[in-house]
This record gives sequence, C-alpha cells and structure tokens, in this order.
Amino acid sequence: MAILTAAKLKDIILAMAKRIEQEKDFLTELDNAIGDGDHGINLARGFKAVEGKLAGVEAQDCGEILKTTGMQLVSTVGGASGPLYGTAFMKAGVALKGKGELEAADLLTGLEAAIGGIKMRGKATEGEKTMLDALCPAFNALKTGLDSGQDIKAALVEAVHAAEKGVEYTKTIIATKGRASYLGERSLGHQDPGATSSLYLLQVLQQEI
Amino acid sequence: MKKIINGIESVEEQMILGLVKSAPTKLKKLDCGNVVVRARKKVGKVALVSGGGSGHEPAHGGFVGEGMLDAAVAGAVFTSPTPDQIYEGIKAVATEAGVLCVVKNYTGDVMNFEMAMDMAKDEDIKVDYVVVNDDVAVKDSLYTTGRRGVAGTILVHKIAGAKAEEGAALAAVKETAEKVIANVRTMGMAISPCTVPAAGKPGFELKEDEMEIGIGIHGEPGTHREKIAKADDIAKMLLDKVTADLDYQGAEVVVMVNGMGATPLMELYIVNNYVQDYLKEAGIKVYDTMVGNYMTSIEMAGFSVTLLKLDDELKRLYDAKADTPALVR
Repeated sequence: MAILTAAKLKDIILAMAKRIEQEKDFLTELDNAIGDGDHGINLARGFKAVEGKLAGVEAQDCGEILKTTGMQLVSTVGGASGPLYGTAFMKAGVALKGKGELEAADLLTGLEAAIGGIKMRGKATEGEKTMLDALCPAFNALKTGLDSGQDIKAALVEAVHAAEKGVEYTKTIIATKGRASYLGERSLGHQDPGATSSLYLLQVLQQEI
Repeated sequence: MKKIINGIESVEEQMILGLVKSAPTKLKKLDCGNVVVRARKKVGKVALVSGGGSGHEPAHGGFVGEGMLDAAVAGAVFTSPTPDQIYEGIKAVATEAGVLCVVKNYTGDVMNFEMAMDMAKDEDIKVDYVVVNDDVAVKDSLYTTGRRGVAGTILVHKIAGAKAEEGAALAAVKETAEKVIANVRTMGMAISPCTVPAAGKPGFELKEDEMEIGIGIHGEPGTHREKIAKADDIAKMLLDKVTADLDYQGAEVVVMVNGMGATPLMELYIVNNYVQDYLKEAGIKVYDTMVGNYMTSIEMAGFSVTLLKLDDELKRLYDAKADTPALVR
C-alpha cells in the first residue's frame, strides 16, 4: 500500500527545508560548542537552494526528487555536512529510482541506502557522535516496528523516539569523527549538531506522513 | 558584529574579486565560482590546487602564482568549498602532467576534495592529493580525525609548488609535498575570538585575562584555557610542544611566526625575538624566518609557530622563485 506520492515527497522535503531554517541558530549554537559553529548556517543555505531547485522538478519520480535534493545539497552546503547529507539523499534517490509513489518498505530501503551513503562517505559508524547516532536507531526502530506489523505512522513515532534517544546518547560519548574529535573528553556533555539536524529531518518525515 | 563588508552574502565573492583586482596581471577568477587561477595557465607541469573555507586570507588565493599554486578554491567562510567548485578549479588548470591537490586535514575538506577528484577522474584527468596535518595541538590517534592542517600548509604550497615548477612528475611532486608534511609542525593560540559574518557573533568567548592554547584556525576550541602569560612564556609553551613532537636537534629549520588576523606585527616580532633565542639555545639552526599573516582566522588575535625541518632538496625548493600576491621570493 502506497504511503506517499512523489508530490507528497516533494512537500516533505520543502517542510524539512523550513524546519532547518527555523532551527538554524540553535544548530549553529550546538556547533559552536564542539565544532566551528556553521552547521545551521550551512544546512539552511543548502536547503534554501533545494527549495528553489525543487520548484522546477516535476513530481513524478521519487528517486529524481531525492537525487536532485542530494546534488543541490552537495553543491551548496560545503563543509562535512554537505557531502554527507548530499550523499544520503542521492543514495536514497538511486535506491528509489523510477518510483512514482512509495510504500512503507520503500521508506526502509531509502533510509538504509542513505545511512549506507553516510557511512561510506564519512568512514564512520554508530557511537562516534555523529548523525548516524540518530539515524541508525531510527532505522532499526522503523524496521522492527514494520516487521512486527505496526502501521507506518506508529512505526515512525517509534523511529523518532529512537532518534531522540540517540541524540541524548551523543551527550554521553566522546567524538571520534569530525571536528569535535579534536576536543576529546571536552566533547562530553554536548549533544551532536549533526545528530540533532538528523532528528529534525526525521521528525518532519513523521509529522508529514 | 562590526565588519567592513557590503553584505553577508557577498563576502566571499567580493573578497576574491578584490584579490584578483589587486594583481590583474597574475590572477583571474573563474566565472563559475570563487576559484582563483593564474592569469596565464602554465602548461607542461603538474598543476597544484588547494583551497578551503574563506576567512584564512591571504590563504589560499594569495598564494596562486608562479612557483606556488595554480588554483585556489574558496568556500564560504570557514566552510570547505563544494565538490563542483573544486572540480572546476582542477579542470581549469589540469595539464597532461596531472594535478596535485593540497588538502588540509578536516573532515569536510577531505570529503569534498575526494568527491571532486572522483569527478575529475571520470573526465580522465590525472589527479592525486596530499593531506596536511601539522597541528601538534591535536592528538593524532585512532580516536580523532587526526591532526588539523594549519599554517604549515603554506610551506607545502611553497616547496611543492617549486618542485612542480621545475617540471617534476606528479609522483615526485607528491613525494616532496609529503616530505614537507612529515617535517613540519605547528602550534597556535588566541587571546580573542573571531566572528563568522553569517553567524554574527563570536564563535567562543575569552575573558579579559584568558587565552586559549592549541586553537585551530576556525576559532574551534584548543587544548585548554589558562590565564594570559607574557609573550616569551606563551611562545615557550608552543615551542616546547612543537619540538617535543619532532626531533629538531641539530637541524636547520624554516620558522614561521604566523598572525591569526588581528595580531599586530609588533607583537609577532616580540614573539619572534624570543623564538630565535629559544631555537639557538636548543641547538636548532634557523635557515630562514617568516613573520606575518599567512594563515589567518578572520579577526582572531593570536599567533602560531611553525617549524619546518629542512634537507638540501627542501632548502633549494624553499629558495626557488615565487611570485604571488602574498609571497614573493
């Protein structure tokens, strides 16, 4: 059973862009503490460019929409989050190429491809205080929920809950990837800006479906 | 925030345009973005491409020219340039001999350069890269992204640039660049923060009597904070770390006392006065000294000290001709 159309997917990405714009200052504040203080600024710049670009894309192919989003992020965000989020959306786009609408299982496929892209590009795994600490638990919760027969809405609520816990978890661990890793133990107690922005994107997905 | 700018959105482009207009016979800007290249493309040699976030002026665009870089790609302030921009830079200067990218060791820079190099390879451009990681403030271990690339990068540009200018093959230019990286160490500090224009407020705060030791070139926190000390004591602290990391005993070195942007030359010379005495005492022979703003952090006040251990090849290449807006030899 289809859970969203290509047109709806476009709306979701536009809603993500709005959310990132709203949270721009907070994300930058988080990044100031353990990074170089540009996460919110860069991501907002990228998603703003995505808004403009998607306006000219026909809402027919979910893969195309995701790929366009990814390429736009790669070419406008810069820093580390540009290649990471960009690769994530591009990989999801490849995985869902040609689909006019998505079923619940497609959402898993797309999310899995996105996470795979981030791991490959960032040479990172869970537990290193990165966006993966929000995304991986969310994927696992979504999969467990759907496998056990939950409907997509309930499973997404669980996924967001898992991502929230993941963000909390990043406060308790030392960064070993990215700029925060330079701080060693001084990164303890701070929540990861990348995990936080990932949580926001998942929250939008959950609210919109 | 008080800055002499026309608007937050125009900072990077107007900076690049102004740089190019300051040396119109030597530099030009590509139409497609904030990429500075030599006014006349040099063929028959390996092309050197570097880049990174803006805010480090004169790095990197100021080091484009004979004997140093062929292209410099400028990202947003403190943000790595994007792969498509880097690719345009690579493509514009690529020769049959190939392209060597000089990348500073930051997660974003490495990822964006890797993606750009993949794009270049798809177009059959011969391209390779080195990663500069001279900052001894950061632990290089399995548990970090590794040391940051800071002011030592300028010496990689100088020496690898000279090697490329001589007509050496890509592998040889890379080897020389890696020799510089293996022999260069830097440590920095700050007494006041800097403000990224788009952020509008300082990236960190320091009390009137505090300094941050081991700071990076993006205003990112360093190893620790303490009460500000006298110039000699600060310089000693940095030099102790640098010389503990690599054996400079009996070696000849290039010294770079680099300002972070808002440090007056007066203070840099005061630091250098002590640095020279320290090195003499330690039995380290100074081959040449550079004092000035080479790799800055917008308007951060502070400095870094870099030591490059030389051999005969590095000396010869260090002395070779360079003609760029920010470095002439």
